[in-house]
Amino acid sequence: MPEFQPFLITHQPLDPAPLVAYAQAPTDGAVVTFTGVARNHVAGRPTASLSYEAYAEMAVPVLEQIAAEAAERWPIGRIAVHHRVGTLAIGETAVLVVVAAPHRQEAFQAAAYVMDRIKEIAPIWKQEHWADGAAEWRE
Amino acid sequence: MITIQIRLFAAHRDIVGRPELTLAQPAGATLGEVWAHLVVEHPALARYTGRLLFAVNQQFADPTTVLHDGDEVAFIPPVSGGAAVL
Repeated sequence: MPEFQPFLITHQPLDPAPLVAYAQAPTDGAVVTFTGVARNHVAGRPTASLSYEAYAEMAVPVLEQIAAEAAERWPIGRIAVHHRVGTLAIGETAVLVVVAAPHRQEAFQAAAYVMDRIKEIAPIWKQEHWADGAAEWRE
Repeated sequence: MITIQIRLFAAHRDIVGRPELTLAQPAGATLGEVWAHLVVEHPALARYTGRLLFAVNQQFADPTTVLHDGDEVAFIPPVSGGAAVL
C-alpha cells in the first residue's frame, strides 16, 4: 500500500474516502469535502467530455502553497487536495478538496478559498470537448 | 550564451505545436525577453501577453527574472480567466 499523499495529481479516478480519513481528527469538529464534477454543459452548450492537463512537478508544490495560505487565514486542521488529469467522462470527479477544522465555518471558508486559489494559480488546465466535436481550453 | 528548456501547456502547446522547446539565449536574458522572442516566432501567442504566469524551475517568477544556463522555464496560460495574485 503506497503512503497516502495529501496533495496529488493523478490519472486515476478519485475517491474521497482516503482524504476524509486523512483529514478527520478528534480535535476537529468539522470536515468539509468539496467535489468538482465534470459537468454536461457550459453556458447551455452540451459537453461530451472534459480533459485536464497539469504541470505536475509544479502543481503539487502549488497545492501545498495554497493549503499553507489557508492555514494562515483560518484555524484549521489537515487539508488534502487530489486533482484528476487526462480525459474524464461526464459525471466523473475532477477535483477533491477536503478541509478539517475545529468548527464548521472555518472548514467551509477554507475549502472555498482553496478551491478558488486552485482556479487562480494552480498550473492545471481544463479543455472542454463539445458534443459537436470541437474542443476549447477554458481560460 | 545560455541554454534553457521551455515547457508549454494547454493552448500554448497547441499554438507552438510542441510541449517543450530548447532555446539558446544571450547571457542575462530575462523571462519576459524569452516570452517576447516566442511571440515573434508564434504570433498567435500575443493574445496571452499580460495574462500569463511565469515560472522558473517550478517556482513562480517575475518577467524581469534573469535566466541561467539549464533553467526550466514555464509559460503558464490562464487557468480560469481571472487575474492571478501570487
